Amino acid sequence: MPEYKFDYVLRLADNALILGQRLTQWLGKGPALEEDMALANVALDLIGQARMWFSYAGELENAGRDEDQLAFLRDAHGFRNLLLVEQPNGNYADTIVRQFFFDTYHCLLLQALTRSNDQRIAEISEKAVKEVAYHARRSTDLVVRLGDGTPLSREKTQTAVDGLWMYTGEMFEPDEIDQVMAAQGIIADTAHLRSAWLTQVSEVLHEATLTMPSPDAWMQKGGKQGRHGENLGYILAEMQFLQRAYPGARW
Amino acid sequence: MSKEWPLWEVFIRSQHGLAHKHVGSLHAPDPEMAINNARDVYTRRNEGVSIWVVKSGDIASSSPGDKAPLFEPSMSKVYRHPSFFSPPDEVKHL
Repeated sequence: MPEYKFDYVLRLADNALILGQRLTQWLGKGPALEEDMALANVALDLIGQARMWFSYAGELENAGRDEDQLAFLRDAHGFRNLLLVEQPNGNYADTIVRQFFFDTYHCLLLQALTRSNDQRIAEISEKAVKEVAYHARRSTDLVVRLGDGTPLSREKTQTAVDGLWMYTGEMFEPDEIDQVMAAQGIIADTAHLRSAWLTQVSEVLHEATLTMPSPDAWMQKGGKQGRHGENLGYILAEMQFLQRAYPGARW
Repeated sequence: MSKEWPLWEVFIRSQHGLAHKHVGSLHAPDPEMAINNARDVYTRRNEGVSIWVVKSGDIASSSPGDKAPLFEPSMSKVYRHPSFFSPPDEVKHL
């Protein structure tokens, strides 16, 4: 079922693109020059990964859409990214906790995908996982520093953890597409990812002196199926403006 | 803790066999973050295989006022340069 694989690759692409776009909104506003550049590097890594996934998705779809058309000419309901990555940047703790939750998941997922029986998926994951391992190292380090920092930084980080927690369940809730991909050997079972993610996150939050919310808490979902909050509309309005206003514009 | 992060000097080795070279400075609260920041600020264009960071305050330096006593005496001693020997023909790549 090639359209299932197209949808699955689109999820990988959209996660990277939307989080990359979100991070670029920090450009010039980071809390320190060094942080500003580090976030820009992460954003560029993610957008580079999105391009590889989109190219492959375009080939799978085989309808003549290239990476630019997939990125810039789809409406919000066509996007398959997790709700987590479209959440607002908020304060720096919000951005870093969002990044930490996603990086931890992203790293585990790409590691599993390097063993995919689809050669292209395995190759792209192999390249991306090296970048993402550094992202995870960095955001893990910062969560510990912010949590185990001043009373104010601790409070803001705990608030970010509590606020973003309900967007983490979606990562591990397999729908029909995930199940078909697992059955075909394209991706390892997501149940294993969940326990590995929970273990890592609880260790880091413990080190950061933060309280982890219950894994069984009520979770938001729908992003993977194209049901998004209003945040995504604003992101797309900014990101897609040029191609919408001047169709086919090129550098 | 002071509000300002301390300044660090960054040294990058561009390839194996070469020495670390001073490339600039940055701010960071501790050595681990200084290394991470150096990676993000100074190795974006594939510049290095190894990073050293050292607190700027820990570097002892010669004073500009000592220029004359420190460096002028060597200016008149050209015989210290190995340029007065003609290498034998058999020696190549010198």
